[in-house]
Parts: sequence; C-alpha cells; structure tokens
Amino acid sequence: MSLLVEMNEKAQRLGVPLSVHIDVTYRCNERCSHCYLDHDDKGEMTTDEIRNVLDQLAEAGVFFLTFSGGEVFMRRDFLDLVKYARGLLFNVKVKTNGAMIREREAHRLRELGVEQVQISVYSYRPEIHDAITKLPGSLKRTVAAIRFLKSQGLKVTMSNVLMTVNRYDQEGTQALARELGVDYTLDPTVTPKLDGDTSVLALRVNEESLDELFSNPDLVGNVDEYCAPPVAPDEDVMEGVSCSAGHTLCYISPYGDVFPCVQFPLPTGSVRRQKFIDIWRHSPQMQQVRSIRIKDLTVCSSCAHAGSCSRCPGLAYMEGSMLGPSSTDCEKSFHRTGIPTANMLRKGQAAAVGLLVQIQPVA
Amino acid sequence: MKETYVARSSAIAARMLGGEMMIMSAMDSTFFTLNEVATVIWQAADGQTPLAEIVEKKVCPEFEVDSEVARRDAEQFVTELSQHGILLVSDHPIDDPRKGKTVSS
Repeated sequence: MSLLVEMNEKAQRLGVPLSVHIDVTYRCNERCSHCYLDHDDKGEMTTDEIRNVLDQLAEAGVFFLTFSGGEVFMRRDFLDLVKYARGLLFNVKVKTNGAMIREREAHRLRELGVEQVQISVYSYRPEIHDAITKLPGSLKRTVAAIRFLKSQGLKVTMSNVLMTVNRYDQEGTQALARELGVDYTLDPTVTPKLDGDTSVLALRVNEESLDELFSNPDLVGNVDEYCAPPVAPDEDVMEGVSCSAGHTLCYISPYGDVFPCVQFPLPTGSVRRQKFIDIWRHSPQMQQVRSIRIKDLTVCSSCAHAGSCSRCPGLAYMEGSMLGPSSTDCEKSFHRTGIPTANMLRKGQAAAVGLLVQIQPVA
Repeated sequence: MKETYVARSSAIAARMLGGEMMIMSAMDSTFFTLNEVATVIWQAADGQTPLAEIVEKKVCPEFEVDSEVARRDAEQFVTELSQHGILLVSDHPIDDPRKGKTVSS
C-alpha cells in the first residue's frame, strides 16, 4: 500500500478532510460547450472571506488544496490567494485553461511552490479546441502557457475531455502532450449542468468510442488487466465506500457553499454562515453521504462490478438517488469488461458484445 | 567543531495527521511522513538554532534518548530530507529558507 493511500485511510478513520477543492470563481474567459457552470458572478467570496476559509481548512487538517473555477486568473487576487495558501503549507494544485498565464504568472506559481498545474486542452487543432472553448486563439495561448510553466520547472498535466466533437483528435492531442513533455489525462465524462440542464449530455461519446478508448494501451496501460472481468465482491467490498466524497474530500463553491464533491451538488452548509469544521462534522447531509456503504446501494449492491466500478455517487444523485446507480459509470464498466451491470440487466439495456455463436453438435 | 543549521524549505507542503507530520516536496512530489522525533526536529528547524542544540534541548529531554544516538539519528534524518529539498542545511544561520543549500548524495 502506498504511503498516500495509507494516509488517506488514516484520514478517513479520523474524520479528517484531507483534500478540498475550492472554486474561487465561476467567471471564465472561455465558454466551453460541455461546461456545467453558470458563469455569472452571483456574489463571490471576497479575498478576506477566502483567506478566512483557508485558515479554517488548515486547522481542520486539509493537506491537498485544489484551486479551480471558472478560470482562476479571472480573479485579480488569485496569486495572493495562492501565496496565502502556501503560507499555510497546503499542497496546492491549480486548474486553469492557461489563457492568462504568461512568463510572470508562471514564474510566480513556481516561486510560491505550487505542486501541479492542470490545464484543459481539447484538441491539438485550433479549429477544434477554439470551437469548443469559443475563444479564438485559445489553443495558441494555452500551449504557450504550458511552455512557460514547463520552463519554470512546474509539473503540468494536460487534461482532455473526450466528446463527440473532439473524438477523432484524441491521438493528436496526446501526441501534443508528449511533445510538450507533460502528463496527459483523458476523461469521457460529460456531466449535466449544475442547474439540472442535461442538453450537454448530447456531447457524450458513443459506445464504440468507449470500446476503443478502453482497449487503447496508450491510455489504459495493460489492456487485459484493465478490461478483466470483475472479481466477485467480498465482504470488505460490501462494507466499503464508493469514493472519498464526504469522507476525506469536499468542495467549496465561490459563494461559500460546501458540497461533498465538485460533482455532487448536495448542499451541506455555507462557510458564510457556519464554521467549516461544523459543516464537515455535523451537517446531516454530509453524515448521510458518509454513512453509505456499498451494501446499502439499491441496485449496485447486487452488481458484479461492485468492487471495481468507478460509480460516482454525485452522478447517481443527479440521476435521482445517491443510493442508486450512475448510468454513465454502468456504461463504462460494461464497455470496459463486456459484462453487463445489474442496472443494465434491470433495464434490459445490455446489448450483445460481438457476434453470438451457437454451438451445434457435430452431425 | 562546525555547527549545522537547518531550516524548513518554503517549497514544501506539510500538515499533522493523527500525530504524524505529512510532508510533500513541491520540487519532486516526494511524500514523507515523519515520526514524533523527526517532527520535533522539523518543527524546530528555524535556520537559527544549531542542530546540536535542537537535539540537546528538544529531543533528548522529551524522548529520553542518549544524546550521542539522538545526534547521529538527527544528522541522518537531516541529510535524507535535505536531499529532497525539504530541509535546508548550512554551516551558517539561514535567514531566507530559499537560500540554504541542499545536500547532494
């Protein structure tokens, strides 16, 4: 077991929020087709309010702090916030589109000891990337930012969301990451907007694309291992939890609202009215999330994939119940292994994989 | 005998978790946990107090260990952490934790 996993388990036992993701703004200079946010400013926390929250997070034991948005550099005080956070000795990760990062910002991020910068790139071709971000010239600026950050010695990860519109650019985008000398992550998950609008889901890639994705060794490593049939869940699995949301991780919006995760829009309290630690420890919603074990799940507890599925309780919640299945994860488990999930069988959705062969006795 | 001064690097993240100090280097993302003795040394590493004094005044009385053994362990610990840029070491007091030097292996 790695030391980090060990520390995460210890934090869970002790009820410590090891990781917090804070969006400092929802404003953005890009208008990405798949974005789930409303970019209007509805009363962001001030610099002092965020500093106060950071003080509370440090006191609560938070170690990993992710600053994200919106576009973080839309806030003029962003680097001051990073400086303050680093003064409190958080491990700081920044998610950005990079379009506002020049040499000065890259140098400052390095100087402040930011551990990692994650930058969204959707294609190696400007006509595709810029069409998704709706900001002309954005790919050029983003790539320039990656070069500035790399030249400062910062660890950079290029993050791509696979959609119908950039599906065929995946390999070229991964090659761009290699050329720039940065890590690359790919996620085929498109989530509904926070206001419940599901129209963006039309951007999700189709089943064939998922099959291709999961059988690409450049993305998943050992394909046989990655696509292996699920192992029957044992008692440990049934007593386990879906993910770290609400257990060692939570999310804070630019308005001070606290949620179990950025992808789990269940309000649990507001740091504008309550102490963070009180929300974390005593919010009934947070406690409810924390109480759920795999064995409690309405459909997934009887699923063959229970021990290996990436089931997101937030997506399940958006689908209707935090105890229910997350269909998008059911699809991933199915296309990864070829074994239908309990949810698919229940709905009669499992399509045959490949040709059905009927064995006939030799005449 | 030359004194050794140690200072915490400004390029690290650190937090106590259940009595253990977690430390991560922003330089190479190395992740450490320190035991109680190492935590005391790390917390006292202000760049101004000689390592020998930290061992004598903070470690020995609190953990009831032999000063010679404690000094040897402390030097080993300091060398290891300085190789990852987590502690800075100098034979002079360190005013700015960015200006100390790391010990190469």
